[in-house]
Amino acid sequence: MSRLKILALLPLAVALSGCNYVVLAPAGDIAAQQRDLVIISTVLMLLIVVPVMALTVMFAWRYRQSNTAARYEPEWDHSTKLELVIWSVPLLIIVCLGALTWMATHLLDPYRSLGRIASDRPVDQATAPLEVDVVALDWKWLFIYPDYGIATVNELAAPVDRPIAFRITSSTVMNSFYIPALAGQVYAMPGMETKLHAVVNHAGTYRGISANYSGAGFSGMHFNFQGLDDKGFDAWIASVKSAGGSLGRAEYLQLEKPSQNEPVRHYGTVDSDLYRLILNMCVETGKMCTSEMMAIDAKGGLGHEGLNNTLPLAYDKYARRGTALGGEPTFVAGTCTPDAPQGQTTASIKAPTDTAPLLGAGLKRPTFTPLKSSSFFLGQRPKSDS
Amino acid sequence: MSPDLLKLIFGRLGIESLPLHEPIVVGTFVVVALGGIALLGGLTYFRLWGYLWREWFTTVDHKRIGIMYMILGIVMLLRGFADALMMRGQQVLAFGGSEGYLNAHHYDQVFTAHGVIMIFFVAMPLVTGLMNYVVPLQIGARDVSFPFLNNFSFWMTVGGAVLVMASLFIGEFARTGWLAYPPLSNIGYSPDVGVDYYIWALQVAGVGTTLSGINLICTIVKLRCPGMTMMRMPVFTWTSLCTNVLIVASFPVLTVVLALLSLDRYVGTNFFTNDFGGSPMMYVNLIWIWGHPEVYILVLPAFGIFSEVTSTFSGKRLFGYTSMVYATVVITILSYLVWLHHFFTMGSGASVNSFFGITSMIISIPTGAKMFNWLFTMYRGRIRYELPMMWTIAFMLTFVIGGMTGVLLAVPPADFVLHNSLFLIAHFHNVIIGGVVFGAFAGISYWFPKAFGYKLDPFWGKLSFWFWVSGFYLAFMPLYVLGLMGVTRRLRVFDDPSLQIWFIIAAIGAVLVLLGIMCMLMQFAVSFLKREQLKDVTGDPWDARTLEWATSSPPPDYNFAFTPVVHDNDAWWDMKKRGYQRPLTGFKPIHMPSSTGTGIILAGLATAMGFGLIWYIWWLAALSFIGLLAVGIGHTFNYHRDFDIPAEDVIRTEDARTKLLAGAK
Repeated sequence: MSRLKILALLPLAVALSGCNYVVLAPAGDIAAQQRDLVIISTVLMLLIVVPVMALTVMFAWRYRQSNTAARYEPEWDHSTKLELVIWSVPLLIIVCLGALTWMATHLLDPYRSLGRIASDRPVDQATAPLEVDVVALDWKWLFIYPDYGIATVNELAAPVDRPIAFRITSSTVMNSFYIPALAGQVYAMPGMETKLHAVVNHAGTYRGISANYSGAGFSGMHFNFQGLDDKGFDAWIASVKSAGGSLGRAEYLQLEKPSQNEPVRHYGTVDSDLYRLILNMCVETGKMCTSEMMAIDAKGGLGHEGLNNTLPLAYDKYARRGTALGGEPTFVAGTCTPDAPQGQTTASIKAPTDTAPLLGAGLKRPTFTPLKSSSFFLGQRPKSDS
Repeated sequence: MSPDLLKLIFGRLGIESLPLHEPIVVGTFVVVALGGIALLGGLTYFRLWGYLWREWFTTVDHKRIGIMYMILGIVMLLRGFADALMMRGQQVLAFGGSEGYLNAHHYDQVFTAHGVIMIFFVAMPLVTGLMNYVVPLQIGARDVSFPFLNNFSFWMTVGGAVLVMASLFIGEFARTGWLAYPPLSNIGYSPDVGVDYYIWALQVAGVGTTLSGINLICTIVKLRCPGMTMMRMPVFTWTSLCTNVLIVASFPVLTVVLALLSLDRYVGTNFFTNDFGGSPMMYVNLIWIWGHPEVYILVLPAFGIFSEVTSTFSGKRLFGYTSMVYATVVITILSYLVWLHHFFTMGSGASVNSFFGITSMIISIPTGAKMFNWLFTMYRGRIRYELPMMWTIAFMLTFVIGGMTGVLLAVPPADFVLHNSLFLIAHFHNVIIGGVVFGAFAGISYWFPKAFGYKLDPFWGKLSFWFWVSGFYLAFMPLYVLGLMGVTRRLRVFDDPSLQIWFIIAAIGAVLVLLGIMCMLMQFAVSFLKREQLKDVTGDPWDARTLEWATSSPPPDYNFAFTPVVHDNDAWWDMKKRGYQRPLTGFKPIHMPSSTGTGIILAGLATAMGFGLIWYIWWLAALSFIGLLAVGIGHTFNYHRDFDIPAEDVIRTEDARTKLLAGAK
């Protein structure tokens, strides 16, 4: 049995001594916190796992049949004290781990804006985060920089120490946007938007991947993520801009077609409305955006008349969807409304400005509105100022 | 013939559906076909068809059905493992610009088929087979509550397996991953027959699983022998009860979610499409509401096996029976409250993620308690290291590692960096191989003498054990490492050469496991040849504790000549201790259910219907459906459902055993 244990520990030993274990040695603060959590949780669990394994080996050896010196009590099958221990020790560990989980899950919620860029550096409230819109295509990544009016395929860059706010969607199937060195992954789903906040602390080139299988070209669906200093980032932006090329609705529909192992591409200008159209699945002209659809439905829908508001689907990516029994495929035709941005997905979750840890004596007293305030009885939540 | 007529007759099926241009598949087909012809020829030559049909295919005896489930599981293990070897080979080769030897079209089918086969057609049959064989014996019953249903359930499972195997040579299998997430599995992105094979294979097999779950619940609740209260049931029976409750409560969810997916694919509804109000997230939720309990469906019976084995081979009562039972029940209930941990990364809020993370961790408390109970069963015992006990020790050491990485993955922010990575793959193979597979092997070597009357050969068994265990560690520990390097699952080619060494180690591990499987097959063959030397006439070769060991090995058709009466939860141990004397006179005729061919016919029709639906051969689907109804209704007019084993037969059987027992002394 001891051979088993050595084999089991071997990779652990190698893992701790190695150097390209990106999950254990990331370059961004969020991934670093996630790494810390992995290590703390593992150590917490080893507190019980190691004794269990040791006891297994010990008992297995000591109470072997040939060892007649060991005590043998065939009828002994209960001990309340022991039962208390074997239920309460795992319980205690899970209580600790559960508390840790609750805190860490909220702190590291990918939807939450960053409160710090490193353990000792709070976010400078004056600098706005870098916004990047991420679109998973078949089988490449499109990155749109709305603030700079540029777009890239399979290349992402960000300045060091500046928070990045990703908005993520997909054109066709599910993918998962994952830069192991930067932060944990978030699914990219068509017609839906997910978010991720992260920051890179060390300049360098890191690998980004799709972590969710998405079809034939999945293996080639990776990109380089460059952490650049401010000057380098400006130079990069300038170089993308000067590359020329523009990404409008027509070009996007070309780009969207399935292709594998795509090279890096730069677009100097980009249709400022493109991301919204992709998200709402209405890049093709004449198609109603899902946000419009939802806005109409939210007001009660169009009733029976609305059913007629469809057109035969003749030009979509998958013109005839191949269903065997159903009617001809249709799509909902756009009405003549201006494309007003509707149906924003979720309100943003802001990190508190004061990032000092909440520790016993230093705990800041939350300010409550006095009980006699009528608003309290009317069911409104008392507001605190932090 | 006109194309329209051809389409009417053959649907989507054409000559181009056969993979004639794929040398590997053609080669496989030739080997399979030759093997099949040899097998069929042999059966015909030795005139075994009648025997097989009468004694096995149409049997309603839970013991024979159990054995057939085990054979199905082992045969499908060979197929599923061949897929695993192909993946390991591809991932070793596909470095430095090489594309490997599998293109995406094949590789993606291989990993999908591997997952589907291993879960539905290996693990499930092995677990169901053991439950089927052992539970009625353990509770002192003559058979399950609904013997015909049992036969039907088994053949439906076979029908599903047949469809999966057919996809290898006729058309193709799904290229979606084993849970077939839409939109990828929707008709727009998977227009081929692959996903349809997936859907109908699981639907056909799922009917069998659900019915067998109902059957076993009913059996355990209603057919226990006098004196066996709930809290005197053997732990394996308890875990089987909980597993079947899980099956009955969760498999309908799978049925429904697959039905919705097929509506999307066949008639153009929009449950899981991207537009028209459909939401793929709903599918992901629903499939995991089935999928997570499924994990416990597999592992709970394994826990039961380890409990029986540990107390038998430690020569000691099971420590903490009551807490063991409560732990099982708690796991059963909690397993419904954790499904979201399979997709923390889908963008749920922090509170939702924390809730599901913490409930997942809580499951480790009863599981930990079980682990301690096995430990303290060994404590102050006299442990005999027979094969079942060796598997148990290997399980205890392996499973805690898998449990630890599992709890780690239940911490949402940690999951964000490890989700979908090879770390995850390593984790679930660690618990499924270390738990379910080792458990099934422990169960096979433990109950084999009961089923066949002779023990398994220990030499080949131990060889297989060491190959399996060392192979498992070599194959999956590197995947933990690769996961920490940020390598994801289902990748076909790699460009970072530093990763290759880990894939080579993993492939070596897979080869060791292959040797383990071959030794296991060798073990069955050698044991059969040496069956006279390995013979056990006592019916109780391990000096065991539960009721199944009270009868002969193999047990007579009626299991027990007289229904036993139980006074203790180690019923047989208690009987032995109190000097139980086997009754030798006073035998009466025994009322038993009759064999019927309806089950296999119904399952055959259901499979044909599935095949028709997959290929859009509507006439076949319609005819099979009408056939299903007709045979089903026809069966209600079958009045030859039971018979009595005459008292003389019982006397003859029991006298033979008396003589054998006397000869053994």
